Amino acid sequence: MTKPSRINMDRLAHEARRGSISRRDFLNTAAAAGMTTTAATGLWTSKAHAQPKSGGHFRWGLHDGNSADTHDPGTYLSRQQIYLAHTHRSYLTMINGDGSLGPDLATAWEASDDASEWTFELNPNAVFHSGRPVTANDVIASFNHHRGDASTSAAKALLTDVTDITSDGDHTVTFTLSRGNADLGWLMTDYHLAICPANEDGTIDWQSGDGSGPYKIDNVDWGVQISLSRHDGWHGEGAYFDSVDLIVLNDPNARQTALVTGDVHAVSLIELKTMALLQRDPNIVIHNIPSAGAITMPMHCDTAPFDNVDVRNALKLAMNREEIIEKIAFGAATMGNDFHHSPAQPYWPEGIEQRTYDPDQAKSLLAKAGAEGISINLSTADSLFSGAVDMAVLYQEQARAAGININVVREPNDGYYSEVWLKKPFQMVSWGARPTPDVMYTLAYKDDAAWNESRWQNERFNELLLQAKSELDDSLRAEMYREMATLARDDGGTIIPFFNNFVYANRANVGTPEQMAASWENDGARAASRWWFTD
Amino acid sequence: MGDIVTLIAKRLGLGLITLLIISIIIFFMVELLPGDIAQAVLGQGATEENLAALREQMGLNKPSIVRYFEWLGGAVVGDFGESIVTGERVSAVISDRLVNTLFLAAYAAVIAVPFAITLGIIVALLRNTLFDRVANVLTLTSISSPEFFLGYVLILFLAVKSSAFPAIASLSGDLSFGELLHRTFLPALTLVLVVTAHMMRMTRAAIINLLASPYIEMARLKGTPPWKVIVKHALPNAWAPIINVVALNLAYLITGVVLVEVVFVYPGIGQSLVDAVSKRDFPVVQACCLIFAATFILLNLAADVGAILTNPRLRHPK
Repeated sequence: MTKPSRINMDRLAHEARRGSISRRDFLNTAAAAGMTTTAATGLWTSKAHAQPKSGGHFRWGLHDGNSADTHDPGTYLSRQQIYLAHTHRSYLTMINGDGSLGPDLATAWEASDDASEWTFELNPNAVFHSGRPVTANDVIASFNHHRGDASTSAAKALLTDVTDITSDGDHTVTFTLSRGNADLGWLMTDYHLAICPANEDGTIDWQSGDGSGPYKIDNVDWGVQISLSRHDGWHGEGAYFDSVDLIVLNDPNARQTALVTGDVHAVSLIELKTMALLQRDPNIVIHNIPSAGAITMPMHCDTAPFDNVDVRNALKLAMNREEIIEKIAFGAATMGNDFHHSPAQPYWPEGIEQRTYDPDQAKSLLAKAGAEGISINLSTADSLFSGAVDMAVLYQEQARAAGININVVREPNDGYYSEVWLKKPFQMVSWGARPTPDVMYTLAYKDDAAWNESRWQNERFNELLLQAKSELDDSLRAEMYREMATLARDDGGTIIPFFNNFVYANRANVGTPEQMAASWENDGARAASRWWFTD
Repeated sequence: MGDIVTLIAKRLGLGLITLLIISIIIFFMVELLPGDIAQAVLGQGATEENLAALREQMGLNKPSIVRYFEWLGGAVVGDFGESIVTGERVSAVISDRLVNTLFLAAYAAVIAVPFAITLGIIVALLRNTLFDRVANVLTLTSISSPEFFLGYVLILFLAVKSSAFPAIASLSGDLSFGELLHRTFLPALTLVLVVTAHMMRMTRAAIINLLASPYIEMARLKGTPPWKVIVKHALPNAWAPIINVVALNLAYLITGVVLVEVVFVYPGIGQSLVDAVSKRDFPVVQACCLIFAATFILLNLAADVGAILTNPRLRHPK
């Protein structure tokens, strides 16, 4: 019998905490490692199910930060800004670890019957770091920052339906919408909608970096490092670390090395290419979480040859998604089925048949459309995601079997979203996660949406989209999303190869909850307030 | 000495003209990049309305020529303006970063210059021996590898395997000078390895070049020991080319460190230049580039002045 290695027991305990190993397996493995049953049982209860405990200085390495970032919530774009926002500011609601919607500043919210009027009750205990209580005025000012003609906020489009925001006392805020929206509670988790202190004149003070989140800012050096310490008056639960450093580590190798050497305790992204090697390090725990972020390949449905639904479906059938996920995403992805609704979002329709690689059927569809041996340009760029150009080349090979000649056009990384996106008839796009299918479909699939990237017009789909938006009955709503998914899959103009996973890692001495939110990397960008040290 | 003063004045005047031309080139290069600042700041999520409002706010609606001359008007009186993206003074954005870069460059130079010149003298003395060959192969290998690769190799052995030094050189909190030197040792060492070969080989070549001269032969016939022949007789006449190469490498230590900064996450000026270019933040790009250009101009000038001062024939022209 060998002596139980300390490291292996830590790892075993970690597996137990994550729920990926049962008590019986835990005891068996522990016994095999040379522990007595009593000792193993003790370890199971004490170590594996240890409660989060307070203390320590958490160093958190981020993969996307720029020196020109600011505290303005309207121009939040980089991970540095978004992670910081979830650490030092509050939102009305938040996405819980299990993917459900939970309270942040708002303790309760309800909608009128047609979902066009929403009332949020604010937590009376919430205070800003400056000591001032958070009131309805701050909430109204924070939302008005994104509204109005002069607004430069990227969240403006999200709030176009909001016609009025009023308060009733200090702790009640009412949103009036021009049409019903059953998802308003979910919308409030959008990363732009952070609550900032209001100024006298109704604008907000975003410049000072004051917020009501779990940690307050001690020092900011954008693009380098941000230091925070615990906000003792925080209204939420958690915030176990005494202090937190957000460290910008844009270089993948620097990030992984810093994690391996213990210079940081967690990183927001690891390279899929080296994931398997990193997994061998017993001091490191890798999380692979399916997300609602997606890679899409829109075809302009009003441009030949994509105006023919058979051509569109032939291109969908000509893709071997299994091979793409294996070779491009290194397995860290969820297969797409050509409707933009991920299993990580609510109302995901189960049981819709998965489209598989079928070059023969693709060929016959093309013959039916009179488009055999068709040649098509596919625009892509390296900056979209790691392996984007490789994926285009792989698809080119797969489609050749269906008699389709795909010409891969490698566009410049710079300005892809201003010069290529929405302009070229067939291209690749990378989408961040959106909280609900309604937000996603409204943004990029609705007939008159500015970003209807496939220029798809389907009457029934748009009718259902509007109905589902204000439907408060969950089961009816789920049915509508199922029908919409089928329409998008069989008639739509977008190929969805896969939904990418969030792959991130932490040192083994960091405790993480059994379930983690999939809205952003690192537990919905809330690692600072949800994780803890186990040693 | 009057000649040197005239030379310096003339060269500084030419330098200013060079800077002006560079600023024009940089301005139009930034203009030529696809997309604009508003697009870069708001990213994929921008709508036309947003972009228009932000352009208005940032003053991008004016013709680019007008914006350039507005910037130039400020720059000639020493005001480099404000960052378009953050609204902060450019001087405030850049000054800390510049200090960091100068510190790292100085750290590397203090090690590299004496090391390279000493090594150059030694290999000149022991030319064509095994030591000479080994020193040449090693330094040529280090100059031929890309600096990020050298950085990774150093990280692997000195940070991951032995954990003697930290893998990332982030400068947080109050560090004592000793801690600072320890934290930034790996990036400094990488730079030392990159610049040593050039200086060492130039020293060696310049000295060996002189060894065939009649006055060296004279010294040897007198019975002067070989090390004295080289240090006392050959080296003084070899300074001019050596100083030139040293100046060139010092300039490189300041302007060429972007990759090293990225690999070691060192907050220097190269990193802020890259960030500014990606956001099209013209005033910051302009300021960084002008600093780099001025570095080259001044160090070249210093090299020329140094070459004159070490050469009595140029110092006292007939």
